[in-house]
Amino acid sequence: MSPRRAKVAVIHAPSSVGVSVHRVEGVDKVTGAARYLDDLVVPGVLHGRTVRSVVPRGRIRRVTLDPAFDWKGVVVADHRDIPGENVVALIANDQPLLAVDEVRHAEEPILLVAHENPERAEAARLAVKVEIEPLEAVLTVEDALARRALVHGDDNVFKEIVIARGDLERGFSDADLVIEGEYRSGHQEQLYIENNAMLAERTRDGGLFVRGSLQCPYYVHRALERMFALPAGKVRVLQTVTGGGFGGKEEYPSMIGGHAALLAWKSGRPVKIVYDRLEDIAATTKRHPAVSRLRAGVMRDGTLTALDFDLVMDGGAYETLTAVVLSRGAIHAAGPYRWPNVRIRARGVATNTPPNGAFRGFGAPQTQFALECHMDRIAAALGMDAVELRHRNAVRIGDVTPTGQVLKESVGARQVLERVAARSKWSAARREIERANAAAEVAERSARTVNGGRRLRRGLGVSLVYHGAGFTGSGEVRLASLAAMDLDRDGHPRVRVANTEIGQGTTTMFAQLAAEALRVPAEFVRIEDPDTGSVPDSGPTVASRTCMVVGGLVAECATAMRERLELFAERPIKGANDFAHVARRYLAARGALRIERRYRRPPGIEWDDASYRGDAYGVFSYASCAIEVEVDLDTCETRVVHVQTAQDIGKAIHPVLAAGQIEGGTLQGLGWALLEELRWKEGRVWNHQLTNYIIPTSADAPPIEVEIVEIPYSHGPHGAKGVGELPMDAPAPAVVAAIAHATGVAVSEIPVTPERLRRALREAGR
Amino acid sequence: MRAALSAIEVLRPRGLSHALELIASEPQPVPLAGGTDLFVALNAGAEPRTRFLDLSPLAALRGIRSSREGVTIGSLTTFREIREHAGLRHLPALVAAAAEVGGWQIQNRATLGGNIANASPAGDALPVLLAHEARVKIASVRGEREIAIDRLFTGYRQLAIERDELIVSIHVPWPTRGAVALFRKVGTRRAQSISKVVFCGVLHVAGRGMERVRLAYGSMAPVPVRARAAENALEGSALPAPQGAGSPGSPDVSESSAAAARRALSKDLAPIDDIRSDRDYRMDIAGRLIEQLLRVAAFSPRR
Repeated sequence: MSPRRAKVAVIHAPSSVGVSVHRVEGVDKVTGAARYLDDLVVPGVLHGRTVRSVVPRGRIRRVTLDPAFDWKGVVVADHRDIPGENVVALIANDQPLLAVDEVRHAEEPILLVAHENPERAEAARLAVKVEIEPLEAVLTVEDALARRALVHGDDNVFKEIVIARGDLERGFSDADLVIEGEYRSGHQEQLYIENNAMLAERTRDGGLFVRGSLQCPYYVHRALERMFALPAGKVRVLQTVTGGGFGGKEEYPSMIGGHAALLAWKSGRPVKIVYDRLEDIAATTKRHPAVSRLRAGVMRDGTLTALDFDLVMDGGAYETLTAVVLSRGAIHAAGPYRWPNVRIRARGVATNTPPNGAFRGFGAPQTQFALECHMDRIAAALGMDAVELRHRNAVRIGDVTPTGQVLKESVGARQVLERVAARSKWSAARREIERANAAAEVAERSARTVNGGRRLRRGLGVSLVYHGAGFTGSGEVRLASLAAMDLDRDGHPRVRVANTEIGQGTTTMFAQLAAEALRVPAEFVRIEDPDTGSVPDSGPTVASRTCMVVGGLVAECATAMRERLELFAERPIKGANDFAHVARRYLAARGALRIERRYRRPPGIEWDDASYRGDAYGVFSYASCAIEVEVDLDTCETRVVHVQTAQDIGKAIHPVLAAGQIEGGTLQGLGWALLEELRWKEGRVWNHQLTNYIIPTSADAPPIEVEIVEIPYSHGPHGAKGVGELPMDAPAPAVVAAIAHATGVAVSEIPVTPERLRRALREAGR
Repeated sequence: MRAALSAIEVLRPRGLSHALELIASEPQPVPLAGGTDLFVALNAGAEPRTRFLDLSPLAALRGIRSSREGVTIGSLTTFREIREHAGLRHLPALVAAAAEVGGWQIQNRATLGGNIANASPAGDALPVLLAHEARVKIASVRGEREIAIDRLFTGYRQLAIERDELIVSIHVPWPTRGAVALFRKVGTRRAQSISKVVFCGVLHVAGRGMERVRLAYGSMAPVPVRARAAENALEGSALPAPQGAGSPGSPDVSESSAAAARRALSKDLAPIDDIRSDRDYRMDIAGRLIEQLLRVAAFSPRR
């Protein structure tokens, strides 16, 4: 479909990078040989269940075990059983593993039960009676800011960030037009295929072995150390085959893993906790809802002069990752544009809803949705074409972001926009759609039906976004990721990192990067399981960092390994057989060979946490989407007809996997834009089932044409930048713009459900 | 699965008469056809009943038979079979409904009889059966009887069927020559969705007039309903003229009767705000679907 894919048939013999080799774990997954957590059979295992709050806020008065129930064989644990601190360690460390005397959100865990028969465990859960005295709850951003009740500090604000550059007053006085707008986006569930699931066992040496479906083994490891007051060496965390994450298994596995471990600790038996879909949707993390108010100044010729951006995000009941989600959202709020004068004020507030957390994009989709909608509002006010306005203001090398970061290299903003405009035949397609819409209107007025009596209109919208790869600011320096490679007994090179395969192709990508440097085929490289007992801490699998940061370290390890072996052999190594031969000789003569590389800040990258100034990211990736929709004017249903996208990711290490990330992220973005809406009832998630939390099906997936643009980054392996999250940022605003093109009405809140579009059309008198 | 499967009892009948004996036994079992609604409830722990009667051995309840009067569809006929059956081309609304139930996997299992017995106000096929004035044959150890579909739904998820009765078949009369039918499922996505509004309208046309009008809705009341007041508002008035016929471009009589029909819907329908949609949206869309039906009819080939 994309030209990038067409190229992959050409295989250059020893090369792996840029070639779509077979997935390392693909056969196991396709044949069903892969063992997910719930597939693991462990003798003597107990099945854990969680007793949760049914109210959003209250004081726990009494917990009673129904005396009529047969409690034989049931293990019960509450906060008093926790050997260490009752906290799920993350950043602010404010979230308890189990509630003590108050609950701050519905579904907050209060007590745990386990039994060897899962049916008895479920019955036991229902036999626990919790009496809670309800307190006034804060359920929305508006309630939080109005201090309807105080649920955090004296203002319900977890975190406030201000980013300012230039002179805002001057910027607005330079403007010919000042345009204001308010944009909203709601919760979104990650909806990985495999629900959250963990298994915990006590070890003979008095420690813990915890396995499960997770993204960040060392996050769980560190959380367990605190909960159980154990030294690092007594805890071992292993990732099992994982059916998707999207951020939903970044921080939550520390919670469910802690629960399983607590039951195992108390009972001395292995304990499995596997959520079903209802529990997973109701209780686990979601994308942060956001309200963005924008005021932008622009000159008649389309030059942007000033942006005042006020962002509020709903963090939920505990701070967890809110400060960093907010930070990424704020840093991306001005989009890939030149704004000489800008102020971004961002607040993350507390509400009595389950904590919101990591989700692909991590705040950037919310703010760039608002900004891109606003760009279309500006274009409309100027009577200027949406692509032209973006192109005129898109960042180039040498431009400066709101944090003062000078963009020094690999800036693909204009290229991706130009490619999308060309491939969608933007101007001609818009004119043709307008002509067809006008003809349909005339036909309907004369009672001449077309389309089976349906009144359909088409529309085409565009968006342009960017996404910083890696941890924000000095985050990567603090992580100080360590990657290693060694030789296994058979003389195969082996990668040892803590980064996880969650469906995105991590292991294949590592194998390719190592293979390329070692000049062997990718399938010759072994990848060690992410097990904190045997891999170094190469950081979490989040933030589009795995390839760019950790992949770079693996490539360095592999290069050093080849040099070491060639020095030993006193000749170049040629291919896999030769490598194994030399490696086995090395092992016999010198013993083990282990190479480690730690992250070093690339030269010229500076960040100041206190002033929030400097290089927020080493580099940004860029994406543009042109999306065509069809709207039924009677039912207000929107169907996505077609997506054209171009994304600058530096280098596609594996073109098919990279295009897969882009297609999947685009569809997830379309779901967020049109379908996915969490409904709440008295502070609890109402639609916690796949029958009523609606994500796109394959029947809803439009053709998505992907063009990968490769503008290399000097500090990424082979020029690679991040790709995981970028595709999530672009679709929603393009959908809103396309609906506006089709109907003449710009909706300012997503998802654009039929109900919401109908209200907007009615308010506009249509 | 939140339901305790070890506590579930499933009875397997040898044939229809045995099934009728079993369903009359105490405690009365719940008939199990495709299971596509039941399993959702069992998974959520929302189905307290534990005794089931597996209907799958009852071959007599499968199949589609045409006659001069209409078509008789066995209650265990799946939506896949309905969707693909060549003999149903004169019932395009039924075929369209079958093609929009769930997705392929659901259509392979879910049955027309199960759709009726589940009695969901959102059942996709039910407005089609109502608008086509289907009759449902029911059997018990006491004998067989037939009931008009519009007398079947008595209250939210309640049927005029005794607990010892089984649905045997559904008879759908052929529409009159030149009749126009429209099925619309207004949902949230293109497959695997439960409707916000589901509609079927059938116009029986005589000359330029709408002789008989049948409008039926799902998700618009506690039960699937016929919109009789709206039907009355349309019956007897003329179809809108297609372009070129009658006075050019004039909206003609039926536009006002369409407006009257829309107004009358407030007597017929009582939608609510629920997990899938809201009252205002549903009422508005219900009316617009009548207009779409009239547009389709106006453009249908003259007879």
